[in-house]
Amino acid sequence: MTAQEVRLCGLLLQEHFGEVVERIGTHLLRGGAQNLRTIANETNTPLDLVKKSLCVLVQHGACDFGSGRRGPGSPVEYRASCERVLRVLRYPRYIYTAKTLYGDTGELIVEEVLQRGHMTMSNTVKTVADRLTHNMEEGRSMEYSEVVSAFSKLVETHFLQRCPPVAEMGTAATSTTPATPSTPAAPASTAPPTAEINICYTLACCVCVAGRGKRRRSSDDSEEQRGGKKAKMDSESCGDEGIYWLVNFERFHQHFRDQAIISAVASKLDQTSSEIVRTMLRMSEVTTTQTAAYTQPLSANEIFRSLPPNYSISRPILDQYLSLLVDDPVGADSPPHIPTLTIGRSIAELTLDQATLESVVQERFGSRSARIFRLLLRKRHLEQKQVEDFAMIPAKEAKDMLYTLLSENLVQLQEIPKTPDHAPSRTFYLYTVNQLPTARLLLQHCYKTVANLIERRLFETKENKRLLEKSQRIEAILASLQASGAEPEQLTEVEEMITAPERQQLEALRHHINKLDSTENQVDETVFLLESYIFSTKTK
Amino acid sequence: MAGLGRGRGRGKGYMSFSIEAVGIGKGENLPPSILQPTPLFPPMEHKPVPLVMGEEAEYMLALKQEFRGNMKTLPFYVRQAVSKKDVERYSDKYQNSEPSDNTIEWNPDWKRLPKELRIRVKKPLKENTSLSVDTSVGPKPSKKTRVDKEEIIHKLEVGITLEKKEEEVTSDEEEGEKKKQEEEQQDGEEEYDEEEFEEETDYIMSYFDNGEEFGGDSDDNMDEAIY
Repeated sequence: MTAQEVRLCGLLLQEHFGEVVERIGTHLLRGGAQNLRTIANETNTPLDLVKKSLCVLVQHGACDFGSGRRGPGSPVEYRASCERVLRVLRYPRYIYTAKTLYGDTGELIVEEVLQRGHMTMSNTVKTVADRLTHNMEEGRSMEYSEVVSAFSKLVETHFLQRCPPVAEMGTAATSTTPATPSTPAAPASTAPPTAEINICYTLACCVCVAGRGKRRRSSDDSEEQRGGKKAKMDSESCGDEGIYWLVNFERFHQHFRDQAIISAVASKLDQTSSEIVRTMLRMSEVTTTQTAAYTQPLSANEIFRSLPPNYSISRPILDQYLSLLVDDPVGADSPPHIPTLTIGRSIAELTLDQATLESVVQERFGSRSARIFRLLLRKRHLEQKQVEDFAMIPAKEAKDMLYTLLSENLVQLQEIPKTPDHAPSRTFYLYTVNQLPTARLLLQHCYKTVANLIERRLFETKENKRLLEKSQRIEAILASLQASGAEPEQLTEVEEMITAPERQQLEALRHHINKLDSTENQVDETVFLLESYIFSTKTK
Repeated sequence: MAGLGRGRGRGKGYMSFSIEAVGIGKGENLPPSILQPTPLFPPMEHKPVPLVMGEEAEYMLALKQEFRGNMKTLPFYVRQAVSKKDVERYSDKYQNSEPSDNTIEWNPDWKRLPKELRIRVKKPLKENTSLSVDTSVGPKPSKKTRVDKEEIIHKLEVGITLEKKEEEVTSDEEEGEKKKQEEEQQDGEEEYDEEEFEEETDYIMSYFDNGEEFGGDSDDNMDEAIY
């Protein structure tokens, strides 16, 4: 919970949930676990606003609650999770991935669940069907069953998972079965509590599947639907009350990691080898846990059988590719004496992270500094003179670059004494790069960058608030005029209310804001790579 | 530190480690020491890489901006209670004020939250639906206002149901659509309706012109002259 992380979390909360939630959230992030009264007193917020904000935070999974420190009798304490709030930055990427994998329906499902924190399946299906129907042409509407099938596919591939059950406050904490639906019991509720992983991905079988998306066009259509809907509302209990679904971020992250590995192999070797790696990863998608260092071992036969049909390569060529992959550090790995292949995920992480660090140094300090940096990464410890020799850079410039890197903390000095008294004339001074601390440093820089970008964007919006409001009003007037069928002269008259320089200013403003937003998305990609590397070293 | 003191007296360049080892030769010109913090926007020696532009990047940008916009309209966006202005304005009755009371606009699953967080849920005023109000552990004044609201609403409900049915047909498409959307949403926003009910006014909200529709269809209830 570094200062930069808290600052960024605060900005994200402010943008998505408002200033009240931001205040409460940052207070929780800075102060650790606190109970309701403490929060209200220390932030000088009325109790009801605090309650509302906590409800919002818990709904979205950013905050957790548990019984207090002094045992079951003490007031409930709330803990905010910095990591979860930072995920908000990655929401567009999740939605886009869902779109590429499962089409528009999948995209809307993931978007709805992200917007609401967690939802029941029936609600999601209804809302998504309505939205899709709204965008379709006249006369067509979206069947619930299509949405349900997309939803089930998302659950089967673990992109959506069930909310874990909430332990009751004050009662014995042994009841861990999820809240059972009213009448037809889902089979999952009878599963033993130890099989939580299985419960996570089991669909409730009694969702109201019948129905179509509602169109909200003509008013008489809405009248009869309202009547029909009323009847349905009264009789439906949509038996999956209490079973909430949320987005499984870890699964998306695994997908992103796999994609990074595949594209790295594609750029280093060629397209076919990347296809082979993709097949191997797909085969081990649901069999290996996400934090495993290596995927399930696969034999060459299995790979051959699972290759996509349009990639018809013959067996000997496949063997050649496989041996090529084994040689490459990012590619596959083959345990000795066992004719199988695994993909070393943690090694891949390491290599990807090294590539990230190298490219950062290259962009900030030039290609020669990057050469020195890469040298130090590969050779670990080098003396000043050795650096100059290996990098083939004249001494003076090499010195300069090394000191710049040293002052930025990307390179460290390691002392190795020759004598026990550490006399400076008899000590080796070696330059080295410690990959993990450097990665952490760059990650904090990235958080700071994103926070700065958001602040700049807010500043730009605030500066030009008057202009933006004016343009919004003019657009509203134009829209209403067009809807009531006005003549072109009136329209042009209204359009001319914005002068040309103002228009230019607006254009420039929009361009800047789009650029800032887009930059945030791209910095987040780097953040993801660094975070996953740091996380993989932590769990080793 | 004594060594440094002596060193300073002798002249610059005496450090605790041998500087030849790290490569500074004897008598070489070192860059001058910096006596102030680095500038806020230091000059960049290398231009940054241009942004990735492409269909994917643009789509994600659009997704992001849309998501932000949507979040602002959802009830999860908690707004501070509006402080009462000193003088009551005539237009207050007709303008949407932010919710200033201690209710929550959406209906969370209270079983998943600790009991102390429970607040009264703002009643979604759907016609013909029974008003279900959650009892709250909130402070006492809320009960009075709740009772007042309930009475007024009960009184008006009968009269208003007819009015609303008419209004549904006559109001223009967009507003009807918007209301349907509001009704269908789980969150049931009802500021629009509540304004009408509570203020016991015969004036239908849609006819109030607060200047947004420039020269529009406001040919009724016009007190002011049009220039």
